Amino acid sequence: MRSLKLVIPLAAFLAIAAFLAIGLTRDPREVPSPFIDKPAPSFRIAQLGNAAGAFSPEDMRGKVWLLNVWASWCVSCRAEHPLLVEMAKRKVVPIVGLNYKDKREDGLAWLGKLGDPYALSAYDVDGRVGIDYGVYGVPETFVIDKQGVIRYKQIGPITPEALEQTILPLIRKLEA
Amino acid sequence: MRLVLAALALGWSIAAFGQAAEVAHPDARVEERLRVLAEELRCLVCQNQTIADSNAPLALDLRNQIRQQIAAGRSDAQIREYMVDRYGDFVLYRPPLRATTVLLWAGPFILFAIGAIVFARVMRRASEGAGGEAPRKDAERARIAALLETEGDERR
Amino acid sequence: MIPELGHFALIVAAALAVAQSALALTGAATGRASLMATARPVAVGLFVFVAAAFAALAYSFVSNDFSVLNVASHSNSQLPAHYRFAATWGSHEGSILLWVVMLSAWSFAVSILSRHLPERFVARVLGVLGVIAAGFLFFILLTSNPFERLIPAAEEGRDLNPLLQDPGMVIHPPMLYMGYVGFSVAFAFAIAALLEGRLDAAWARWSRPWTTAAWCFLTIGIALGSGWAYYELGWGGWWFWDPVENASFMPWLAGTALVHSLAVTEKRGTFRSWTVLLAIVAFSLSLVGTFLVRSGVLTSVHAFATDPRRGIYILVFLFFVVGGALALFAWRAPRVGLGAGFSAVSRESMLLANNVLLIVAMGAVLLGTLYPLFLDALNLGKVSVGPPYFEAVFVPLMTPALFLMAIGPLASWKRVALPDLWTRLRWALAISVVTALVAPLALGRWSPGVAFGLWLALWIAAATLAHALQRFSNASQRGFAAKIAAQPLAWYGMMLAHLGVAAFIVGVTLVKSFEAERELRMAPGDRAAVAGYEFTFKGTREIAGPNYTSVQGEFDVRREGASHSTVMLPEKRVYHASGQTMTEAAIDTGFTGDLYVSLGEPVENGAWGVRLYRKPFVDWIWGGCFLMALGGFLALADRRYRARSREASAELAGAATGRA
Repeated sequence: MRSLKLVIPLAAFLAIAAFLAIGLTRDPREVPSPFIDKPAPSFRIAQLGNAAGAFSPEDMRGKVWLLNVWASWCVSCRAEHPLLVEMAKRKVVPIVGLNYKDKREDGLAWLGKLGDPYALSAYDVDGRVGIDYGVYGVPETFVIDKQGVIRYKQIGPITPEALEQTILPLIRKLEA
Repeated sequence: MRLVLAALALGWSIAAFGQAAEVAHPDARVEERLRVLAEELRCLVCQNQTIADSNAPLALDLRNQIRQQIAAGRSDAQIREYMVDRYGDFVLYRPPLRATTVLLWAGPFILFAIGAIVFARVMRRASEGAGGEAPRKDAERARIAALLETEGDERR
Repeated sequence: MIPELGHFALIVAAALAVAQSALALTGAATGRASLMATARPVAVGLFVFVAAAFAALAYSFVSNDFSVLNVASHSNSQLPAHYRFAATWGSHEGSILLWVVMLSAWSFAVSILSRHLPERFVARVLGVLGVIAAGFLFFILLTSNPFERLIPAAEEGRDLNPLLQDPGMVIHPPMLYMGYVGFSVAFAFAIAALLEGRLDAAWARWSRPWTTAAWCFLTIGIALGSGWAYYELGWGGWWFWDPVENASFMPWLAGTALVHSLAVTEKRGTFRSWTVLLAIVAFSLSLVGTFLVRSGVLTSVHAFATDPRRGIYILVFLFFVVGGALALFAWRAPRVGLGAGFSAVSRESMLLANNVLLIVAMGAVLLGTLYPLFLDALNLGKVSVGPPYFEAVFVPLMTPALFLMAIGPLASWKRVALPDLWTRLRWALAISVVTALVAPLALGRWSPGVAFGLWLALWIAAATLAHALQRFSNASQRGFAAKIAAQPLAWYGMMLAHLGVAAFIVGVTLVKSFEAERELRMAPGDRAAVAGYEFTFKGTREIAGPNYTSVQGEFDVRREGASHSTVMLPEKRVYHASGQTMTEAAIDTGFTGDLYVSLGEPVENGAWGVRLYRKPFVDWIWGGCFLMALGGFLALADRRYRARSREASAELAGAATGRA
């Protein structure tokens, strides 16, 4: 009878191959957010449009809303911007922008040129708020519920598929 | 040309994008602690570099952030926790010991133990093959040993 | 026209590879000499056509044919000629073609250097190599065709990645692939032996030179990669435990175990199944490495642009080749019986320990490399496994192996008495311990880590010396010169390779413990001191390169107390075609260490952020690796491998089968 030991290398290889196969469906560069189902970190910073005014996430309590991290220097942001403008027109949920490490004039000019879907934009000039939210690339979008808990993070631009299949259903669920 | 190069160059550090410049802390001990910590943290942007080595704006920001925290008296563990709270375990190059990483840290020991067992088993069987020889006189044994040592090394 | 010819050559090559495998393996299975005889000429043909395809691609690059998509994406007319040539393998498609060139070259070498081996065996070996070549050639034709056209042709190319515009690029991939791919021969020999149903000392003797040669090239390839990272990446690191580095290191570990295991199987006829398994494992790791680099499954600085189709193809190919080989092993490996026994203290037992430890270490590296993937696949979150893990795990596992490496050569086969060993080694032990305790003080700072590392290196060196002295004194020749000439080259090779390991350990220990770094801002005229050297920044000036503009800094470096100074010229280059910036460090190489200067970012008024390093004994790391490879080459040059005549070899083969 063949020794069972001789099958061990084959078994080990098959296990590894199975994992490699699953790995092909994953994106190793994507860093999931540790904030899912946790309260959105608190902050209070100036607004982009109205330098005298301030914004804090607590202001949005009781509403389901999106926090969208954007910048005028960000090329991918342009890809998702029309989607956000459309969402704002249809008044799905309030969208608050977080202008990340930008120059005030540049940010305002960008919105002027491409449209402003935001209820308002908060001005994160040095990226501190971004760090507190675990932002590592632009754009990123957070879906936050009525109690101020982060329920979903979109890494990279919002694609139509992500919008239809994940974000809108989630928003509907949270509104209910 | 020189102006263009200089402008490009200036753009890196005092960036047009609201990027703060990196300023070393005057206290060398702070810089040393920063170096040790940053060398075990992964840059989220250039994911193949440590935060110590990366030139990505985020890495720069995080280095400044760590400097501030060290100067404010936070411990290394607290600073690491700060990073993990925001970016998850992914940011640590030294994987923390959790339920999910027990196999990772115990794995090498387990492999070594298996290796040791295999070694012992093979040795036992091999000794049975080599045993049962009549004892030889020392001189003869030494000569045989010397011959065995060079056996096969020289070809006719 | 040329690219189309190249494409055509690939198609012909693929057909030849299929022929090489089908005809030879069928011939061997059925005993038809006519079919088996096709193997050698077809292997020659395969090499010719693959080389022709490679030449066509290289020509397209050197002649700036931007109607070829690959050339337009990875080259530029301003690129210097030698880099245009190296750009041939600067992309996924080109490097996979290089892979196949190496494979067909090894296959060609086997076809002409195996006249003394039985025809059936050679047919099987070439058949297996043909299967692998066919797999890769179809991979190229179906998913990674380097000859794809760009219509309309581009005016200018997008340039080779500036990181690759470097002498290291010209030599590192070819050497690495020579090694990586060379293990396919050991693999083919193993499969042939399993198919034959005959696994004996003769098989081990045949496999040894091929395996050693591949191992030498892989050692050089890895060392070159490490050296290249050191001076190219701007902060003087030389090993990052990056997944792709690990992907080349794991076959090296398995290959090292294999060359030692082959020695046991050849001399004593034992460990047969284990050796065959190692031969399969070493090449399987090469294939897994190829998968990891090109599939996008792991993040790495080396990863090529990825396409899921490629990942799937390679994985399926991996499944059949490695799965098939291991299944064949499970089915046909001889019952594990240790023909000749050996005692607990003997060369066999030490080589067994060497093998166990190397494979456990390799397993640990594999675990660490794939663990993030495991967790992600099981939806258990994302972790990073980096240098802190690998260093914590690898060093303790390798240390006992390194300790034993010093003793192994002195141990005789079958049995050695411990008191004898002690007598021979006690001086080596004493000298190494004393020197290791004292030396760190001389170098500046005592720490247990430095002392231990130095002790290990000195122990290996001293024991090697003790062994050499003992061997010379036991030798029957008269006169020192005669004694030296009488020792086989293989023995010198082993000694040199082991000394190379000792040198490597010295380099690693000292550079890690005594490396000095200063990161600071310097304005022209500023001075800074690092580890007894004074650096004076003289300012920068602009330099035009062939395809870049560079800001070159000038540093005068003077050792404290010395009168003469050296000039170091680090650069910050902006490449025209891509606009990318590259840091070129200035390195002053010395036997006892390097000075390393790297420009950071410019700040106002002509001042710059700079990094200044003193790296003691860092070149011993690569020097040690080259000594190891040189030792391997010496072993290959040994007289025993030059027996050419069929009669003599048939005699040996006959005697060997008698021994099996």
